[in-house]
Amino acid sequence: MSAAPAVALPDARWRPAEVVFWLVAVAAIFLFPGHLVLGSQVLITGLFALSLDLILGYAGIVSLGHAAMFGAGAYTAGLLAKHGWGEPLSGLLAAAAVGAIIAWGTSFIAVRGGDLTRLMVTLGIGLLLYEAANQAAWVTGGVDGLSDMAVRDLLGVFPFDLAGRTAYVYSLAVLFAVFLVCRRIVRSPFGLSLRGIRDGARRMPAIGSPVRRRLIAVYTVAGAIAGVAGALLAQTTQFVGLEVLGFSRSADLLIMLVLGGAGWLYGGLVGAALFMIAQSQLSSINPVYWQFWLGLLLVVMVFAARGGVVGAAAAASERFLRRAPR
Amino acid sequence: MFASLPGVLFDGVAYGSLLFLMSIGLSVTMGLMRFINLAHGAFAMLGGYVCVVGMARLGVPFLLMLPAAFLVAAVAGAVLERTLYRRLYRRSPLDQVLFSLGLTLMSVAGATYVWGSGQQPVHLPGFLLGQVRVLGVDIGVYRLFLVALVGAITAGLVLLVRRTRFGARIRASVDDAQASAGLGINVTQVFSVTFALGSGLAGLGGALAIDVLGLDPTFPLKYLVYFLLVVVVGGAGSIAGTLAASLLLGVFDVSGKYYVPAVGAFVIYGLMVVLLLLFPGGLRRGAR
Repeated sequence: MSAAPAVALPDARWRPAEVVFWLVAVAAIFLFPGHLVLGSQVLITGLFALSLDLILGYAGIVSLGHAAMFGAGAYTAGLLAKHGWGEPLSGLLAAAAVGAIIAWGTSFIAVRGGDLTRLMVTLGIGLLLYEAANQAAWVTGGVDGLSDMAVRDLLGVFPFDLAGRTAYVYSLAVLFAVFLVCRRIVRSPFGLSLRGIRDGARRMPAIGSPVRRRLIAVYTVAGAIAGVAGALLAQTTQFVGLEVLGFSRSADLLIMLVLGGAGWLYGGLVGAALFMIAQSQLSSINPVYWQFWLGLLLVVMVFAARGGVVGAAAAASERFLRRAPR
Repeated sequence: MFASLPGVLFDGVAYGSLLFLMSIGLSVTMGLMRFINLAHGAFAMLGGYVCVVGMARLGVPFLLMLPAAFLVAAVAGAVLERTLYRRLYRRSPLDQVLFSLGLTLMSVAGATYVWGSGQQPVHLPGFLLGQVRVLGVDIGVYRLFLVALVGAITAGLVLLVRRTRFGARIRASVDDAQASAGLGINVTQVFSVTFALGSGLAGLGGALAIDVLGLDPTFPLKYLVYFLLVVVVGGAGSIAGTLAASLLLGVFDVSGKYYVPAVGAFVIYGLMVVLLLLFPGGLRRGAR
């Protein structure tokens, strides 16, 4: 994808659009108090998409099995809560650790080879984990899923309510914290070297960049973030189903990120919001139509609008700024 | 039911030959055009539905619907190649994945809309039913028919690629498209014809597979992994490699499900990861 922003030295200043974006996310607590359950799902999926953006949008690794780390994180947090460790924040940390370990362990086979090999290996790892969770029904609950969790109050003060208010604020806080870390990462020399690898992996060794080690590092970080997203889902919904590891979760994630625009950090968040709101509206009419329009949208996007929503917005504002008198 | 080892092996071979028929086109597309076509299973599904509709609505016999399934899928492949696929040959693998994923989703939704989400039945003619005893092993007649038919098609493909002028053009284009074009080979035409041929074979495979694998709108997604697996393990663009990978996969999958059902799909995915680790370039290149 040539969806990347124009190459320029990283600039850590917060743009007005970014501030507005986060203010809108906060304002949603008061503006849409009836839709906070969906809202927290959007935030969690956005966090998951953010982790894919790190490896796809910045490092150029096409993955069809990113749900492996998400699901592992969800099961980690779910199992901890089920067996007496219901403290949410430490559950997140444990899930991050498990996600990172799985990503690190599989990175040695996942980041080598060409795009096709990567695609297949990530797909295969995802399917293997799905099958493992399916077979290990005595641990994971198999197709029935994992329920009966006892997630304790957040910080010992805020119980998870049915309206999803705590879940939303909790998800938003975690998302923002992780986003800050990612924002820092992609503006660091490390982040720049990732972009270099994406655009010309063969030339990077010539300037002394250890390509393989960089890819393993970013894959591990993305795995940890995906694990956190999975844990958030498990804790806020108090349920883990097999589909957290499913192929369609990985495929939908890829679609959301591309829809929003890969390589911007915000693309995944915008894409997740658009995707999930459209899905909840359209699939209540008829799930088959939703799938059809989604497919058509993908085909049209590949031909017509490759930068995604954020890419298009950035291009538009650039044109506007250039034309405006200073 | 107790099946002997040779019987299970033969089932695996029959299953593998179906896989071969449905993935050879994908293998050629990846080898020739370097195109990652996740929608390949949709052509197989199309062939399956053509077969079912022709038999149920028009009363055409099964054996006559097989060439029809081939033709319809081949025409659909040719049209899509001319209009859409061709524009994406030079694009990044991500674009190709997204495009073909979109096409797959549309085909799944479209098939559900037209034919409903249920399994489609197929009524095989009487002479393909039952079992025969060969060398003391009970073998389903339809399985035998499958293996014989796919064997004949494979022989035909090998002859086409090795012995004809068109086959020479395909081989040249696979090895180096640019140099071939420089030598006066019409590479775009070679691409179109091979794409249509591959889609047609997938359609034929889809029609033959109804009795073995079933047919419902999720077919392209359900067997996507198997097709990709065959191609990656067999090495893109190689008939022999694809055949070896299909048979290997078929035998392992069937015997795995039969003898160790608790391990289920593990066998196949585990095999895939191990093979990819051992032969990152595919079986053919690994054996070289």
